[in-house]
Order: sequence, then C-alpha cells, then structure tokens
Amino acid sequence: MDVTKFVQVCLNGLTLGSLYALIALGYTLVYGVLRFINFAHSDVVTIGAWMAFVFAAAIGWAGTDSPLFAMPVILAMSMAVCATLGFTIERLAYRPLRRAPRLNVLITAIGVSLFLQNSGQLKWVFGTQPQAMPKLLSEEALFTLAGVRVPVVDVVVVVLAFTLLVALQWLVFRTRMGQAMRAVSFDERTAALMGINVDMIISYTFMIGSALAAAGGMIYGLKYGNLLQSADSVWVLLGLKAFVAAVVGGIGNVRGAVAGAFLIAFVEMFGAAYRSPQMRDVYVFGILIAVLILKPGGLLGKATVEKV
Amino acid sequence: MKTLAERAAAHRPALVRAVAGSAWPIAVGFAFAYLMQTALAPAVGDFYGKLMLDVGIAILVGVALNIVNGFAGQFSIGHAGFMAVGGYVAAGIVFYGSIKLWGSRDIHGGFLGPGELLLVAGCVIGGLVAALAGLLVGLPSLRVRGDYLAIVTLGFGEIVRVLLQQTDDVVMDPRAVEAASAWSLADNLGGALGFFGAPRYLDPKNPFWIWLFVMIVLLVAYRLKTSSKGRQLLAVRENEVAAEAVGVPTTRVKVSAFVLSAFFAGIGGGLYAHELGNSLRPADLGFQKSIDLVIIVVLGGMGSISGVVVAATALTILPEVFREFSEYRMIFYALALVLVMILRPQGLFGIRELWELGPWRRVFRRGAS
Repeated sequence: MDVTKFVQVCLNGLTLGSLYALIALGYTLVYGVLRFINFAHSDVVTIGAWMAFVFAAAIGWAGTDSPLFAMPVILAMSMAVCATLGFTIERLAYRPLRRAPRLNVLITAIGVSLFLQNSGQLKWVFGTQPQAMPKLLSEEALFTLAGVRVPVVDVVVVVLAFTLLVALQWLVFRTRMGQAMRAVSFDERTAALMGINVDMIISYTFMIGSALAAAGGMIYGLKYGNLLQSADSVWVLLGLKAFVAAVVGGIGNVRGAVAGAFLIAFVEMFGAAYRSPQMRDVYVFGILIAVLILKPGGLLGKATVEKV
Repeated sequence: MKTLAERAAAHRPALVRAVAGSAWPIAVGFAFAYLMQTALAPAVGDFYGKLMLDVGIAILVGVALNIVNGFAGQFSIGHAGFMAVGGYVAAGIVFYGSIKLWGSRDIHGGFLGPGELLLVAGCVIGGLVAALAGLLVGLPSLRVRGDYLAIVTLGFGEIVRVLLQQTDDVVMDPRAVEAASAWSLADNLGGALGFFGAPRYLDPKNPFWIWLFVMIVLLVAYRLKTSSKGRQLLAVRENEVAAEAVGVPTTRVKVSAFVLSAFFAGIGGGLYAHELGNSLRPADLGFQKSIDLVIIVVLGGMGSISGVVVAATALTILPEVFREFSEYRMIFYALALVLVMILRPQGLFGIRELWELGPWRRVFRRGAS
C-alpha cells in the first residue's frame, strides 16, 4: 500500500467533494421547495466562474502578487451577480409555471439552461475562447503530509467550502427564514396559510442556491485554472455529477447533499486512481443508478408514498 | 338471445377486408419510399437531398421518442444513448460484416443489393440491442418515477457515451479482420475519435431505407395511439394512480413503451451511422443530441405524431436557412422552448394530429371525439 498515493487521492477527493457539495446544495434547496430539477443550475455555476474571471481581469488582479483580499472580494462580487441571476430566472421562467405539470417545468429548466449556455458563447459576453483563471492563490505547498504537498489552493478551497456549508446549515436550521423554507418544503399550502410569503421564500432559496453555485464555480476556476466556453460539456458534466451527488444523498435533504457529494467525489477519485481513470464518469453514474434502484429516495432521503 | 361471443363475432370484419385494411398503409409506405428514391431524390440535388436524409432521421427518432415522452408521459433525456447503441451495433455489423463477407468495406451491390440487405439487417439488430437497453432502462421504472426516471435515462446516456469512448481503434486491415473473431471486434469501435469507414449506403441519391423506416415508425406510432395499448399509455401519462386503479398494468405499459421507443431510436442510429457526411462519434450522440430530440417532441406537441413530423422537419431545415445567424440559433431555440412551455404547455399541437385541428376538422369530419 502506497501511503503517499493514498493521501494524495484522499486530498483530491476532499477538494472535489467540497466543490460538488457547494453545487449539489443548489439543486437540493430548489428541489426542496419547488420539487423540480433545476437543470439551469450548472449554467449558473459556469457564469459564476466566468464572472470571477471577468471581475479579476477588469480590476487587474492577475497573479499571485494580487492583494490577499482579492479572492474574497471577487468571490463576493461573483456571488452577488449569480444571486441576482438566480432571482431573475425564477421570476421570469419558473414563477409563471408554479401550477403547471412538473414535466413542463423540467423542460423550461432545460430551455433556460440552453439559453444561458449559448448566450455565454456570444462574442460580447464571454466568447468561445477558453481563458486561464488568474492565480489569486499561490500554488506553493502550505505543508507536507506523508510526502504529499498540500497547496494553499486546496486548503482555502476546503476551508471556504466548509465555512459556507456551516453557514447554510445555520441558515436553514437556526433562523426564522430557514424555518420558513423548511415549512414551504414540507407543505407549501399550509405554509402559506400560516402567513409565510411563499413566493419570497422561493426567491430567497434560488438566490442562496445560486450564490453557492457561484462559489462552486469560482473554486473550480481556482483549482483547475482553465475556463472553457460556457456551452462546453465540461460544465454540463460538472453540474450533472453534483446533481448526482444531491440525488444519491437524497434530494431535498441538505445534509444528504453534502454526504452524497463526498461519497461521489471519493468513489470517483479512488476509482480513477486505483482502477481506470477513463471510467470515472461510469462509476459516478453507476452509483446513481444503483442507489435509485435500491433506495429510490436516496441514502438519507425519506421514501415517499404517493397519496391520491 | 345471442351470446356475447356471437355478438362480438358479428362485428368482426371479413378476413379479406381485415387483411386489405391492414395492408394498404404498408403498401403506401413502400410506394412512398420508392417514390422518394426514384422521383424526388434525383430531382432535388445533393444539398436538399442531404437535408431530406437528415429530416427523415429526425422524424424517425423524434416519433420514437414521442412514444415514451408523448404517449406514456415518461421523460427520457438519454435517447441519444439508444441511437448510439443502435448506430454502433449497426456500423460494426455492416463494416466488419462487409469485410468478412466480401473482402472489402466498400459499398457492395446497388439498390436493394446484398450490401443494402446487410445494412437493413445491421439496423434491425442494432434496434434490437437498443431495445434490450431500453428494457434495462425501463425496468427501474418499477421503483422510480417521474423526475428520477429522467435521471436514470440521463445516466444511461452518459454511461453509453463513456463506454464507447473507451473502445479500441477500428481495425482497417481486411486480413486482420478476417483473422479476428466477431466478439473480439466488438471492442474495436473507434473510441473517442469515432467509428470511421462504415460504408455510406445512404446518400442524397439513395434515401429509400430511411423513408421506408420512417413510414414504418409512423404507421406503428399511429396504430399504437389509436389502439387499446396506446390508450393505456395515455392513461398512464394523464394520471398514473388513476390508471392503476382502473386496471392498467402501469409498469408493464411503461417498460414496453421504452422498449418500442428504444428499438426505433436504435434503427434511427443505425441509419444515421450509414448516412453520407455524418461522423459517428460518441460525443455527437451525447446529452446535447438527447436535448435536441426532446425539443422536437416538445415543440411538436407531446403525443401528436404529425406535430412531431412538422417539428422535426422545421427544426432540421431552419438552421440551414438561418445559417448566418448560427450563433443566435440555440438562443432562439431556448427562448422558444421556454415561451411554448409558459404559453402553450401542451406543445404546439398538443395531443391532436394536424387534421384534428380547427378548420380541418370540418373537412375531414373525424376530429377528436
């Protein structure tokens, strides 16, 4: 057993899992309140990553010599833009369909996704050329663990992700708004009768999910460095895997999404390192199908019984 | 007082009439495909001929997807995966089969010649393998409903794509092919670069088989829609619980819809693989392609066969017409999709056929009951 390789794979799984978790939460939050798969979520991630690039380029923070506060500032800007975007999408595309069959909402989500992907490709938006994300964080090793260099980027990525996850946990389970969100998720009509402004809660949910997506997108850019054009299948696959994580954990369940994200990331990384690197996507989707067949509600989800 | 069986027998048409009634659409289908081959194909030239091939395949696969998405109301967003399965099986059979049978991978024999019969056999076997895959994908619907089933189809499509990308290079050397066994060649499908070299039997001058299969799928879909099996599908689509309550075997109905739909999608993939100017690459038959197919069905009207035909035709031809605006094309699609869903949730034609709409109803005197 090669300890160095094992630790390296664990580290990769941890960073990838943090990334998946941030994105998966957006899927799961929206599913919790609206009961539909927001296919446009992966494109919000893409736009979050690209906005971070655009802001960094506009301000002129291009290398590791940029000030220490560069990353949080750009992160905040990107999250704000994506929160606005999420709010707008919900308002224009999903709200008119609040009472429509679920299939229609699903197709609308695909439509929104195509719209965002292809708008991002336009010359005056992000263009079709791949761009290198500015290295706002140093690649130098912060410390060495069992012969594995742990770069600053990885540490910041994991710490940032965990901070946001804890903040979300607090928001959902400790605040009045979180209580309202859970009430809407449990029973929308009763929640409305209790005086909860359902539309407002749904808007908030979209904004929170989209802000987390922006953080995920920026983390992706910092960690992997290369931003491909907005319609590239890399983004779609990233979104799909995060979504798989949400489903595996039990969609609609906040803690389940985080657990599913780390499960998926570790399986993907260990499969790639010890079995076949080309088959990593197969492992992910294989887990998905196995979980759906064996425990359709997801690992931490509740089995739902259809009532007439 | 007659018994029920006797009264039912009195309503049954005479044998000759029954056979004639069933056979004429098949004859018309053959005649139409033959007409496309002999009269229209030489007249329109290569550019429009190629466009019509694409239209034919779009109709074939669109109508196939309509059986699952439109009739049964089960959302499949991995249908390009079935196309890929059918396409690769067919291409493998035709390419390696040609070499083993006739020593070269060139087109063998003319119109309706032995080479084309091999093509048809390859497409049908490809369709059958795709149907088997459809069975595998449909089976989770025992336990998984709605959105989740859509996710299973999506996962299936992605797995097919990745597995095809892992295959080895195509064996081009005829002697190596003759020496290899059929099973070992099943792994030589070209990988991520795609399957090159399959003989292109379908070109603008030779569209017969595409149109024949289009006519078959149209006939099957229409017969299905108006039969009791089709009513069962529509019942499942409208309300699964209620359908179950009145005795529709919902699981079996859903799985058979998947199998039938996958079969025709597989045939469509097989034809796609042998059309001049197409490259058979796993990435071309991925998530994007699945979404394109969904757009055809949704815009055409979920459940309307003629609506899907119109949408498939329009969505294949329009991009050619608006080639200079190509970067705005998908944006326009996306907006159209969202707007149709908001303003006309049942799709442009809904479940009705073209001749059941407004003014035509008076002409044909047979609209929706």
